[in-house]
Amino acid sequence: MPVLELNNISKHFGAIQAINEVSLTIEPGEVVGLMGDNGAGKSTLVKIIAGNYPPSHGSMRIAGEPASFHKPIEARQRGVEIVYQDLALCGNLTAAANVYLSRELHKGFGVLKILDYAGMYRRAGELFKELKSETRPRDLVEKMSGGQRQAVAIARTMLSEAKIVLMDEPTAAISVRQVAEVLHLIRTLRDRGVAVILISHRMPDVFTVADRVVVLRRGVKVADRPIAESSPEEVTGLITGAIDRIH
Amino acid sequence: MAASLDDTISQRQHSPISWIISRQTFWVFVAVMLACVALSLATNTFASPSNLFNITRNFTFTAIIALGMTIVIITGGIDLSVGSVLCLCSMVLAETMQAGASIYIGIAAALATAVVVGAFNGGLIAYLGMPPFVVTLGMLSIARSLATVVSNNTVVFKFGPDQAALLALGGGKTFGVSNPLIYTVVLALITGFVLRWTKFGRHVFAIGGNEQGALLTGVPVRRVKLAVYIISALSAGVCGIVETGWLGAVTTNIGTGMELQVIAAAVIGGANLAGGSGTAFGALIGAALIEIIRNSLSLLGINPFWQGTFIGSAILIAVLFERIRRLRESD
Repeated sequence: MPVLELNNISKHFGAIQAINEVSLTIEPGEVVGLMGDNGAGKSTLVKIIAGNYPPSHGSMRIAGEPASFHKPIEARQRGVEIVYQDLALCGNLTAAANVYLSRELHKGFGVLKILDYAGMYRRAGELFKELKSETRPRDLVEKMSGGQRQAVAIARTMLSEAKIVLMDEPTAAISVRQVAEVLHLIRTLRDRGVAVILISHRMPDVFTVADRVVVLRRGVKVADRPIAESSPEEVTGLITGAIDRIH
Repeated sequence: MAASLDDTISQRQHSPISWIISRQTFWVFVAVMLACVALSLATNTFASPSNLFNITRNFTFTAIIALGMTIVIITGGIDLSVGSVLCLCSMVLAETMQAGASIYIGIAAALATAVVVGAFNGGLIAYLGMPPFVVTLGMLSIARSLATVVSNNTVVFKFGPDQAALLALGGGKTFGVSNPLIYTVVLALITGFVLRWTKFGRHVFAIGGNEQGALLTGVPVRRVKLAVYIISALSAGVCGIVETGWLGAVTTNIGTGMELQVIAAAVIGGANLAGGSGTAFGALIGAALIEIIRNSLSLLGINPFWQGTFIGSAILIAVLFERIRRLRESD
């Protein structure tokens, strides 16, 4: 059963048609590269899935159940997590504190509940180990490398056993070595059965890690292809409009 | 390979000792201790029981508000209205008690005033997105004006039937320790506990670190910011009550310029005005250093006009040390 189904989703802001009749199906453990030029509608589509705003038309199903979100928290409760482009991390807090931000663990003495530091350090450490990332739960995020920061942001999505993780340009602003780390993190998520939607401008990343590539142009889905059957040249042509569309 | 990854993840970067000596608060604490030792040797009067009693009482008025201010500063905000709020709360307490109300009613009225003022500040800042500097600058003017209106600019020194209880509250002592010091220690312990061990405290730091990120992650940013300004106003209100009890009179000048001294204490104690760091203990230490500078200048017979120079230098040195430490770390 697909974990995410979009049926003829459209979104317009006033007279501007941002997304036009987009349908998309994603299976568990699938990595989909979502590509398109600036203004093609990638962010709008992701924000609809993440619950930032509802679509103007069309319907969405998550794990077979109808879904209509009005707030990000509703999407999160249904297993949709987003890793923001700037990661939304607090540099002055430890890695564990960031992983658990707004979902802190407590231990209680009757009515008095205090933060469970030991529990959060331990569990965050386990998550980093699963991600095979050399990230220490007690370190401050401001002292971490770009790859470690990505691991912290991704560990957040693993807390709630997310079904779908949306990643917005995770490799846009980091070094080559760290890109490899991030792609590795994406594979780890995939191996856990999580569906990943990877928004990226970087062709090599998508072709390294994705199973499928979806191309948007001016709000319309112009291609939805297995990676093995496509090529960077073809995708470039689709993004720019040199190739009209492929069915 | 798996073992080395385990080792890396469980490794701690700092030993407890290296962590402590990397703190600005620790070095200010050392400076305070050295100053105390030097002053005890240099003067006969510093270490006398009565002087120590005075210092430990006088510093509390700055310290209590510095605790609230530190929480505000950690979120990246500022509260310039505390001196005026102190005055307004003192005046509400004084007028209520002068009219014949009990001390409990008086204190309740003063604290209710603080909550209303704090909620007004916090509401404008958190829900309308107005800059804290501007909102609290406005309140600095409003609150003192209201205090003048309430009292018709008179000095209140009669506090009705519970006058003795009020004077004991602020001016008395318990087991040889001044009452204000006891309140300060209790409030500092509560503040430290909240900052370190509660979800609210964690969110206060998160907002100071990355407000937008905290919001996206699900931190109730607006509610926390509202609460923070209420806490700050409450700390000013509590201080107003205690200070009124100690002074035995309220004028409309009480607390004038207090906001700058309180901010100085918080900053000396390690609170970063850019947000994201600060401690309750630091607030106490910062307030203590300021009081010791003031006290020692008079004991050493130095012209009190120099006070501002010394306190200002303390601010600059404390922050300069922190800056140098950061530069060395980034090398």
